[in-house]
Amino acid sequence: MDLVLTEEQALLQDTAREFVSGHSSVRRIRALRDSRDELGFSRDLWREMAKLGWLGIIFPEEYGGAGLGYAELMVVLEELGRGLVPEPVLSNVLLAGTAIAMGGSDSQRQALLPPMIGGDLLLALAYQEPASRYQPHHVETRATRGASGWVLNGEKVHVLDGYGADRILVTARTAGAVGDAEGIAIFVVNADAPGLSIEREWRIDSRNAATVRLRDVAVGPDALLGGEGQGGALLASVIDRATVGLCAEMLGSMSATLQLTLDYLKTRLQFGVAIGSFQALKHRAAKMFIETELARSVVMAAHKAVDEQTPQVGALASLAKARCSDAFVLIANEGVQMHGGIGMTDEHDIGFFLKRARVAELTFGDAAYHRNRFAALHGY
Amino acid sequence: MDTLEQFREETRRWLLANAPKSMFTPVASVDDLCWGGRKSQYDPDVKRWLDIMGERGWTAPAWPKQYGGGGLSKAEAKVLSQEMAKLKLRAPLVGFGLTMIGPLLLQEASEELKRLHIPRIVRGEVRWCQGYSEPGSGSDLASLQTRAVLDGDDFIVTGQKIWTSYADKADWMFLLVRTDPNAKKQDGITFILMDMTSPGVSVKPILLISGSSPFCETFLDNVRVPRSQVVGQINGGWAMAKALLGHERTMIADIFKERTPGNPLLKLARRYIPGSEEKIADAVVRDRITQVDMDQACLDLTLKRSQDNMKAGHKPGPETSIFKYYGTETNMRRRELMVSIAGPQALGWEGPGYDDAELALTRDWLRSRGNSIEGGTSEIQLNIIAKRVLGLPD
Repeated sequence: MDLVLTEEQALLQDTAREFVSGHSSVRRIRALRDSRDELGFSRDLWREMAKLGWLGIIFPEEYGGAGLGYAELMVVLEELGRGLVPEPVLSNVLLAGTAIAMGGSDSQRQALLPPMIGGDLLLALAYQEPASRYQPHHVETRATRGASGWVLNGEKVHVLDGYGADRILVTARTAGAVGDAEGIAIFVVNADAPGLSIEREWRIDSRNAATVRLRDVAVGPDALLGGEGQGGALLASVIDRATVGLCAEMLGSMSATLQLTLDYLKTRLQFGVAIGSFQALKHRAAKMFIETELARSVVMAAHKAVDEQTPQVGALASLAKARCSDAFVLIANEGVQMHGGIGMTDEHDIGFFLKRARVAELTFGDAAYHRNRFAALHGY
Repeated sequence: MDTLEQFREETRRWLLANAPKSMFTPVASVDDLCWGGRKSQYDPDVKRWLDIMGERGWTAPAWPKQYGGGGLSKAEAKVLSQEMAKLKLRAPLVGFGLTMIGPLLLQEASEELKRLHIPRIVRGEVRWCQGYSEPGSGSDLASLQTRAVLDGDDFIVTGQKIWTSYADKADWMFLLVRTDPNAKKQDGITFILMDMTSPGVSVKPILLISGSSPFCETFLDNVRVPRSQVVGQINGGWAMAKALLGHERTMIADIFKERTPGNPLLKLARRYIPGSEEKIADAVVRDRITQVDMDQACLDLTLKRSQDNMKAGHKPGPETSIFKYYGTETNMRRRELMVSIAGPQALGWEGPGYDDAELALTRDWLRSRGNSIEGGTSEIQLNIIAKRVLGLPD
């Protein structure tokens, strides 16, 4: 496992960077926010990304994918993060798409993956609950057997890109106690199903998230993704992969934050000199840089581990998430501080990175959660 | 069979037939290896191993044969190293001669100096020390004041060096001296080689907060050093020092690769925190251990990324500037935590009530406070990153 970009990956990175800088900017994010855009992203841009093949990178060619790997996806995700691009790659590709690819039947995969990859079908995965904190196996939502199929009751929160999704994949319990890994199932639910309500959440990073409430939502037998009790293990694998992908995005975002800050240090004059000449700020900037280099290494290693299907995926996902959470928050906080007063204005872009840093930090488990998990995986 | 594989077979046969049996046992620390020089006490097997390897030039396998080196290609030298590792055969010789001054002399010195010094390094006859820092010149090394004044064919050297490792055991010193006090500070420095038995040289060991150390103060009182011992040009010594720094940095990167297996933090937690056989019973300690482990893992992955990139033919990337800073800071945090975990049992200086492992733990923590200071302080490392990598203005 070499931590090097291949020529193809480097080329993909250049293409992705060019595309993002040509099609997205913080100004666009600001406009989406200020207009209270309910979707929070552009369907047109989403289709353009689909045309570039980005949504199918990790999926087999038989579904319209490219049959490539996480190492390729990583470079795209990093560039999306660099531009704070809100289009729903994480939720569609790494959460719902991966759950379907790993756990779905042939007919489910055939029905759902090609249209998602083509940019025509929006998906979301609803698994977090008000009391679950970061535990994916804390599932109170119940699935009881109905006339044909199941009836779902419960509440899901912070569903990434849940608003406007065509299908919501919902985790629900068919058996067992709250917290058991066994007895969890994943159901594919139509967004217009009777009893299903999807309410837009307005979070500090302005991205699409939703609260999904299920009141006697009836689903047919073919709504079950894979086997009845297998959802727990599948869910854990999916979240590990999504965590790894989120870290790639965070790496791009923290790098952009550092760059903004360096530019400011070099151009802002006070006391007759550029403030970047002050040693205290030089040292803090150097420490921010060190964090990005350490993060880069573990993010690469985590993506490669997924591709090579090593048993270290879980540990590396936790190592990466803990690192990136701390690094991005540090860099964002330092970024605001070093910008002085203007860093606190809404008008300046740096605040967008701070807000995104906290949201990313507290998604899929914060640093403390992942330190605990890392220790447990290593037997202590 | 290709010639390299043939070489491998012959090498293995020769090593097995000629290395003294006791050389196949590992050493507890690098101090137990053979550093060479006239002042060393030699165990007979160690001396024999040094002599037979030195005769072949295999103490310095890739150095040119004409100066006593092994004359091996890079590939062959790697094969030798691999075969020795497979047999768990210890290195016959270590020291600054092999790692620092030897490579510099081969790169920069006159034919006369190469013929004089290289063979004696290869045979382990001469042990070297480095005379750079002075009491008044640490981070600002270029401000050094040890003066060298030309008197006929000799320089008369007067001044003081500090932090010279093993000066009390070395036979020769390579040092930086001021030969032009009127030039810009970097432009008035000369790199010169000095015999430690010269009249006027005296050495005093430095006691650290952790106890005895290899560091010494070296006093130079009108020491006569032949001008033929200048490496490079007179007043061109700063460039020599920078060239040598490149070799030192490679050495430091290698240091980070070596670590004893197992997790010392977990071993300590299991010994000193009751109920920690499986999960560490103290949640705060457990979290602190995890943080250090994670920091080390990220550093290791960055070292690997750097090496993978160089293997792929890329130039060293910006990540290489972080190793000394982050490696030392992580090691210091680890040592600090080890004392915390052992609790008051880690407070012993000597004597009854504390076992050897506990006393070593304490001394190691104390000694580790110097890691962020020696070899370029952490503050200097951050300055270098800020200037050279981030382009922040002076």
